[in-house]
Amino acid sequence: MRILRCYQVDARDNVATLIDSTPPGPVECLGQATPTRLKSLEPISRGHKIALRDISTNEAVIKFGVRIGRATRPIKVGEWVHLHNIASDFDQRSATLDPRSGVPTDTSSAYV
Amino acid sequence: MSNATHETWMGFLRPDGRKGVRNLTLVIYTVECAQFVAHAIAAGEERVHVIGFPGCYDNAYAIRLMLTLARHPNVGSVLVVGLGCEYTQPEKIAQVVRTSGRPVDWFFIQQAGGTRSSIARGKEIIQRLRTQMDAEASRVPMTLADLTVGAECGGSDGTSGLAANPTVGAFFDLLVDAGGRAIIEETVEMLGLRAHLLKRAATPSAEHQLAAAYDKAVRYCQEVHQYSISPGNFSGGLSTIEEKSLGAFAKGGTRPIQGVIKVAEPPPFPGLWILDSVPDEHFMQFGYTNPNDTEGIMDLISTGAQIVLFVTGRGSVIGSPVAPLIKVTGNTKTYEAMLEDMDFNAGRVLSGDLSLSEAGMELADLVVRTSAGAPSKPESLNHREYFVMYKHQNAPELAAGCRA
Repeated sequence: MRILRCYQVDARDNVATLIDSTPPGPVECLGQATPTRLKSLEPISRGHKIALRDISTNEAVIKFGVRIGRATRPIKVGEWVHLHNIASDFDQRSATLDPRSGVPTDTSSAYV
Repeated sequence: MSNATHETWMGFLRPDGRKGVRNLTLVIYTVECAQFVAHAIAAGEERVHVIGFPGCYDNAYAIRLMLTLARHPNVGSVLVVGLGCEYTQPEKIAQVVRTSGRPVDWFFIQQAGGTRSSIARGKEIIQRLRTQMDAEASRVPMTLADLTVGAECGGSDGTSGLAANPTVGAFFDLLVDAGGRAIIEETVEMLGLRAHLLKRAATPSAEHQLAAAYDKAVRYCQEVHQYSISPGNFSGGLSTIEEKSLGAFAKGGTRPIQGVIKVAEPPPFPGLWILDSVPDEHFMQFGYTNPNDTEGIMDLISTGAQIVLFVTGRGSVIGSPVAPLIKVTGNTKTYEAMLEDMDFNAGRVLSGDLSLSEAGMELADLVVRTSAGAPSKPESLNHREYFVMYKHQNAPELAAGCRA
């Protein structure tokens, strides 16, 4: 079976983007890769991010060599990195969205 | 290997010196009440597109936008249709178009006698306009140096920032080096990139303009409590507006930014430009910045862009009037699933089948072929979505007398 892949844009990044959807297991890292191989701890969909190293609460999440937000809880290497464990420095609302679908949860009361 | 940068094709010379890649008749309606008739006039007609403004009260921004579209390099003649009681004046639009040297006509539906007679009258007028426009057409050779190309992304996913936007960026580097004009917009999708953005300024004046546009975009998003990121983006793997911004900004390639232009303002000289479509501060605070992709594409076309690139990871089925839209996706699955709508698969960069610079050159070839007359996918499907809204941007000399 072909090894599933992720892509690291910049050498400073602590997350990489999945090129293939992956179950828990080995993932090959392309691009500016350090490390070149890691193990995903959970299923992660294509286009979503995987932690390349442990990230502690309030630490910057780096992609493209630039801060894209901060960790809201400790993240382990190989974990899925998304709305449930990181937050924007600007947009407060995104932290309330459903992490899988992105659907808002704060306007449910309007759908009556 | 691409030789797009040396390619020459035949375009349409306009009296203001700009060159068009299409020779279109534009039907413009001046209030929602005239919308049905305007579309019925254009229905089934070759090279006749429609735009219009739904509001009964006029708005300086909307009028400016319609006037620049009416004098767009791809437009050769214009018919303006009003109902007869709205604030926006078809006759005044027609005067401006006439001054630009284009065949033009206008009428009020209330004076033409209702739906059927207005449609018949409109169809008769556009036959005449088209004949005159074709007879007077002045064909001239064009190169990339004559092109203004806009780029926008919508329905972005994790591949947009990795493959598709960088491919557009690689093409924009080629376009700028060839002496053309490249425009990216969506300053609300530059959030978190202030330092990154300012470093790209070509001059201190450009840096000043970029800082002002960036700060306004942040203020705007904070005030309206809306950031330019949607459920589909999150579901596609983008976690924050900052992450989306970096991916979106990759459309801008690597060349210096010459400055900031506003909606309906052509870039004054060649190079890479940022379009600021965010509303300026105003007593009514009306207008979302880009309420949907179509509105943003219209803003780009209003700068005189003869071609617009639309980057979509998740897939989209929109097109545009006036300027052909070319759809680029970085997601091979999207490309395959929506082949009839997608023009370019930049997903080949992610799979390693194509280098970024090869993808940029291939995209340049597609832009040249489209400019030379080959229809883009949205064009051949007759997609011509448009959206002209109430918005306020400062332009003091034009605002007087309107609901600015």
